[in-house]
Amino acid sequence: MPDQLLFGMEVFLNGLMAGVLYALVALGFVLIYKASGVFNYAQGVMALFAALTLVGIMEGQVPFAHLINATLGTEIHHFGWHLPGIVAILLTMGVMVLLAWAVNHFVMRHLVNQEPIILFMATIGLAYFMEGFGDLMWGSDIKKLDVGLPQGMSTVIDEVTYGWFGYGFFIDNLDIVATVIAALLVVALTIFSQYSKQGRALRAVADDHQAALSVGISLKFIWVLVWSIAGFVALVAGIMWGTKSGVQFSLSLIALKALPVLMLGGFTSIPGAIVGGLIIGVGEKLFEFIVGPMVGGATENWFAYVLALLFLVFRPQGLFGEKIIERV
Amino acid sequence: MFYRESGDFKTSYVEDNQTFPIKFDRYRYYFVLLVAFLLVPVLINDYWVNAVFMPFLIYAIAAIGLNILVGYCGQVSLGTGGFMAVGAYACYKLMTAFPEVSIFIHVLLAGGITAFVGVMFGLPSLRIKGFYLAVATLAAQFFLVWLFNRVPWFYNYSASGQISAPERTVFGVPVTGASTDAWASYMFCLVFVTISAILARNLTRGSVGRKWMAIRDMDIAAEIIGVDPLRAKLSAFAVSSFFIGVSGALFFAVYLGAVEVGEAFGITKSFLVLFMVIIGGLGSIFGSFAGAAFLVLLPVLLKNVLVGMLGWPTDLAAHLEFMIVGALIITFLIAEPHGLAQLWRVAKEKLRLWPFPH
Repeated sequence: MPDQLLFGMEVFLNGLMAGVLYALVALGFVLIYKASGVFNYAQGVMALFAALTLVGIMEGQVPFAHLINATLGTEIHHFGWHLPGIVAILLTMGVMVLLAWAVNHFVMRHLVNQEPIILFMATIGLAYFMEGFGDLMWGSDIKKLDVGLPQGMSTVIDEVTYGWFGYGFFIDNLDIVATVIAALLVVALTIFSQYSKQGRALRAVADDHQAALSVGISLKFIWVLVWSIAGFVALVAGIMWGTKSGVQFSLSLIALKALPVLMLGGFTSIPGAIVGGLIIGVGEKLFEFIVGPMVGGATENWFAYVLALLFLVFRPQGLFGEKIIERV
Repeated sequence: MFYRESGDFKTSYVEDNQTFPIKFDRYRYYFVLLVAFLLVPVLINDYWVNAVFMPFLIYAIAAIGLNILVGYCGQVSLGTGGFMAVGAYACYKLMTAFPEVSIFIHVLLAGGITAFVGVMFGLPSLRIKGFYLAVATLAAQFFLVWLFNRVPWFYNYSASGQISAPERTVFGVPVTGASTDAWASYMFCLVFVTISAILARNLTRGSVGRKWMAIRDMDIAAEIIGVDPLRAKLSAFAVSSFFIGVSGALFFAVYLGAVEVGEAFGITKSFLVLFMVIIGGLGSIFGSFAGAAFLVLLPVLLKNVLVGMLGWPTDLAAHLEFMIVGALIITFLIAEPHGLAQLWRVAKEKLRLWPFPH
């Protein structure tokens, strides 16, 4: 086989893997949008916050150390313990549930029945707040996150493909793990929403708020639940991205990567988020590979948006979104 | 008591249709203009111009522009930063290509070019609505910033990739470049702000503005009663982008002097201007000013209090500033989703009856 085609195939596979990571973030958006009609811009910052908290708990950092040191003149930084990854993840999950409760209690509860744009702006405000809060709590330096996930080139794939084509594909182990975890997550979410009591209540709320209320479903509880699940998804995304490129501010920008995925897949569809993520991931990697060198590179910044835009012109509700019916 | 509409009789249609039909409003408007044009330029120094007045004036133009699109026509746009970049780069190319033409004309032409680009990116709005459109406008944001970063023609092949404004004069007084006086750049921006506000105010209360509002309230219904959505939406995109382009040109040429596109016109700028519009009040020209003033003054104030008075390290203060801005935005949206303009309307209502409660 010609080299270019092999390179192309490698790029394609890597694109698929990147797409899975985008889809992970998009999933959190879809969950909240379906259940409460809130377009949660803070999803990316939630991932950052989750990753920061995870690292902080693992390393035994003192929360608000900088603030305390600045106001009281003390010199404290660490508790001096190191927790195993799994305990830290469970504790972080607890923090995310608390956060979900706080968001609903202090923000969303007061904004019921407002226009979608107002809700959207509120979540941007929330994103600002959480960004400052996370940095204030754990410090803004770049941190390494290692919860024991395999990293580096997958030698198995390298050897197998070398045997087939005489050229070893470079696939990161972490990406493979991410794909498996994303698949498990989607299966778990589907089972949860189809077969558990809370899951049914969740779907009822997504369908019609008032009807759900009238059969005795507590909206308050469901919203906290949904934000907690979104927090969990954010934690998973935060672990993946944090392990890949360090826990830092740019992590919150993955929210921007997830937006075209949402547009393409439709705001209301979980399979849409996955398929959209894969299309965007593959599309932007292949475009950068084929067209990128001709126009100066870094096309990944905008390609996803333009693709989604062109796509939407022909299908305004996205791939799997609910058909938009407009009446006067 | 203090604010009254009674006893203000009009004897002609012209009087009845003027921009500020109430005497009190009109005098207040003249008073503000008088202070802005005659008093402020004498009193201000470099710090005030650079930290407060220039960003306020320039963001006010951008906010007016975005308010026309979002507040009056109901098309949510997150591409403001990208359109400001178009204005800035158009102004730069014009300034360097035709040095003999007045900068005043360059800024207006930059606005015109931005209007054209805005219409191009506004075309999908005929098919895409709501949040889908908001996200679609991000395409403009990222594509335009990338374009100005990667195509050397736009920054005249300069080694740093930055663009910097050469010195240009108006009536012999430099308004751009290093040797500009504080009052000159202030006056230059003020003229544009005044023109923009008058234009926007009159456009929005005329037939064009009513068409925009019909589209905002319900586009299908508007179409049925004879508003052409193509024209209404695209004209909103054009007018809005014109103002945003002008503000981008001023931001680059007069305020910063030299910009790097990703830093000056990134996605944060889009959000900032959108915040101004929402906090100020959707669908209100006064609101655009109020929102711009609020979000320009707030960081300055916070910085002075936290770093200057309490003596905190700057990075800590920056984090806290993020938190406070975020919390304030949320509080505002909860307390008054219609923004500062609505607060002003409520205040007027109270003043009208004062000192009686009903």
